[in-house]
Amino acid sequence: MNKYKKRYFPIFVLPTLTAFLIAFLIPFIMGIILSFTKFTTVLDAKWVGFQNYIDAFSNKEFLNALWFTVKFTVVSVITINFLAFLLALLLTRNIKGKNLFRTVFFMPNLIGGIVLGYIWQVIINGVLFKYGVSMTFKPEYGFWGLIILMNWQMIGYMMVIYIAGIQNVPRDLVEAARIDGASSFKILTKITIPMVRPAITICLFLTMSNSFRLFDQNLALTAGAPSRKTAMLALDIYNTFYGSVGSEGIGQAKAVAFFLIVGLVAVLQLKLTRKKEIENYGI
Amino acid sequence: MKKFLVILLTVALLAGTLTACGKKEETKTEGSDSKVTTTVENKGDNKTEDNSGDSEETVDEIYFLNFKPEIAEVYDKIAADYEAETGIKVKVYTAASGTYEQTLKSEIAKSDPPTIFQINGPVGYESWKDYCLDLKDTKLYSYLSDKSLAITAGDEVYGIPYVVEGYGIIYNNAIMEKYFALPNRATQVSSMDEVNNFETLKAVVEDMTAHKEELGIEGVFASTSLGAGEQWRWQTHLANIPFYYEFKENTAYDNTILAGLAANEVEFKYAQNFRNIFDLYIENSCTPKGLLGSKSVNDSMAEFALGKCAMVQNGNWAWAQIKGVEGNVVKEEDIRVLPIYTGMAGEEKQGLCIGTENYFAINSKISKAKQEASIAFLEWLFSSEKGKSYVKNELGFIAPFNTFEEAEKPTDPLAKEVLAWMEKDGVTSVAWTFAAFPSEDFKNYFGDALLEYVQGSMTWDDVVSVVKDTWKSQRAK
Repeated sequence: MNKYKKRYFPIFVLPTLTAFLIAFLIPFIMGIILSFTKFTTVLDAKWVGFQNYIDAFSNKEFLNALWFTVKFTVVSVITINFLAFLLALLLTRNIKGKNLFRTVFFMPNLIGGIVLGYIWQVIINGVLFKYGVSMTFKPEYGFWGLIILMNWQMIGYMMVIYIAGIQNVPRDLVEAARIDGASSFKILTKITIPMVRPAITICLFLTMSNSFRLFDQNLALTAGAPSRKTAMLALDIYNTFYGSVGSEGIGQAKAVAFFLIVGLVAVLQLKLTRKKEIENYGI
Repeated sequence: MKKFLVILLTVALLAGTLTACGKKEETKTEGSDSKVTTTVENKGDNKTEDNSGDSEETVDEIYFLNFKPEIAEVYDKIAADYEAETGIKVKVYTAASGTYEQTLKSEIAKSDPPTIFQINGPVGYESWKDYCLDLKDTKLYSYLSDKSLAITAGDEVYGIPYVVEGYGIIYNNAIMEKYFALPNRATQVSSMDEVNNFETLKAVVEDMTAHKEELGIEGVFASTSLGAGEQWRWQTHLANIPFYYEFKENTAYDNTILAGLAANEVEFKYAQNFRNIFDLYIENSCTPKGLLGSKSVNDSMAEFALGKCAMVQNGNWAWAQIKGVEGNVVKEEDIRVLPIYTGMAGEEKQGLCIGTENYFAINSKISKAKQEASIAFLEWLFSSEKGKSYVKNELGFIAPFNTFEEAEKPTDPLAKEVLAWMEKDGVTSVAWTFAAFPSEDFKNYFGDALLEYVQGSMTWDDVVSVVKDTWKSQRAK
């Protein structure tokens, strides 16, 4: 078997590797190179060194978008994971119709971002109509609108992962704890949560990277209104690139910076939570 | 046998993932071949050789990127007719309101780019000059009744205007007559002919707001739509007026667009005049101020058509929108247009804002055969019987071509009003000066500032600063 693996592995990997190269690696490297140039089309690039990065980071809107995205990510990660875990706990008890509930809670995740953004825009504006304002009235409205939308969409997905994690907690541990007289709360904190750590790692990673990279819903819900104050990083990059002729290089620089920030935060987060996982397996 | 199966499977997998890529690569090489032939042509020699080479290429599709969402559906019918007549498919793709530049940017970089696209004036030409073909030897250019309207650079012609349009305050005369017949009205005005300056307009509008129940309307003006991509009526059209007057004072140039293009900074001298009419719109609207950020132009036109308001600022292209609203109660003979008065001295002689920002450009980077097919389509649209009837009856364009006789000018009420105001004695139209605005971003920032002003989070002085600073920074790019 190993002989076959060694001989034919390159052939089988080839299709995926080619696609990966063409669709990801090459544009990625081109992007990094272009971020150091001033260009309008890929063929007329002029080298400008770090000027694009300096322009990007001194751009008020980029910094505003960065701060907004960080705030949004922190709030949405906490709320989504908390609510998803709560729902998962509820739906792993023996209640009637638990499968139906699980399906229903998961369904919002299936709706595409742009459609979701427009639907929620109509709903939220409909509610705010009673107060005579629309969502563009203050950036805070847009912020909370995005949080509500993100929660509605992602809770079901995270809930499913948590359910899988909870169901994997060994029964005998729980029973042993109950015999020893542990309260439900103690079981939750001392047994369930530590054993669910891998699921927590994954969910934290997914929510964090989804929130950071949010674009479709941002565009459809607020399009950055008012005055680009609710534009998140991806939308800001999109605006820089398409807004006026001449700032494509800066847009590219912002995009590379975006990649570095998300990459760094993701790696840090994984490292931290992985460490905790291993510690707990040592029980 | 096993080995053969393995290899067959791998090849199938590979082919599967790469079919889409494969097609793109094929068309890419085709594209680069035609690029080569075009550059050879542009060098000017051996024209006959190139022609014989290219006439072997059969064009079966041209691609028009349309700017006007109001008449997008009409183009589908035109394309069907053209295909029936000539066999050439016309692909028409319409960019959503306020997204033309972005859509053009991404479409033109593809291997099947638009063959006909639009530029909005000299500033648009600057952005797209590498993609514009010289049209001075085409029949289409010869059809222009006023050759000075075209966009030129030196002797070459790069943009041909295809429609002359006008905008102002469209009003429903039936409601105005109702007002004039009110026994307890506060003003002495008894007909719209007497409304020829801002003071009178303001008095009439504010009195109408006080009597809105009796008039059966929810507000005098339709919503001042400030949703994303929907702000162009204010940051472009309304902004045209103060800047027209400001640039007119620069006597070094004989038209306001040239004066505007030469301005690296602006004073926004007539900002208060802009504010006069803008405040009138938002304070006498059928929608509360806080909700304007969610309104679109379609909403405003619908409010006018359903009789919820008496006035809406827009141009003659909006006829299709009024006519198409289900439950339209406004009669054709009641639709009139008023110039936008802002309180400028001598505005009794001011007419509607007339001009164009719609210029056809042909992609210079496609094959000659496709270019000729595209030009032929446009020539068909503006000179053949069928094409002209579409232009007159369904597109509603006032086309600046000598192929149109008097009887072939559009007869919808808005076009008739625009033509009437253009020809009125003693009245000067305001030329479209917004072609000189520095960039789309400038207009978008202006619009964003207006939204914040309406919502109360920005003062008018801040809006003026935004306008002045953005003009300067965008012009410097």
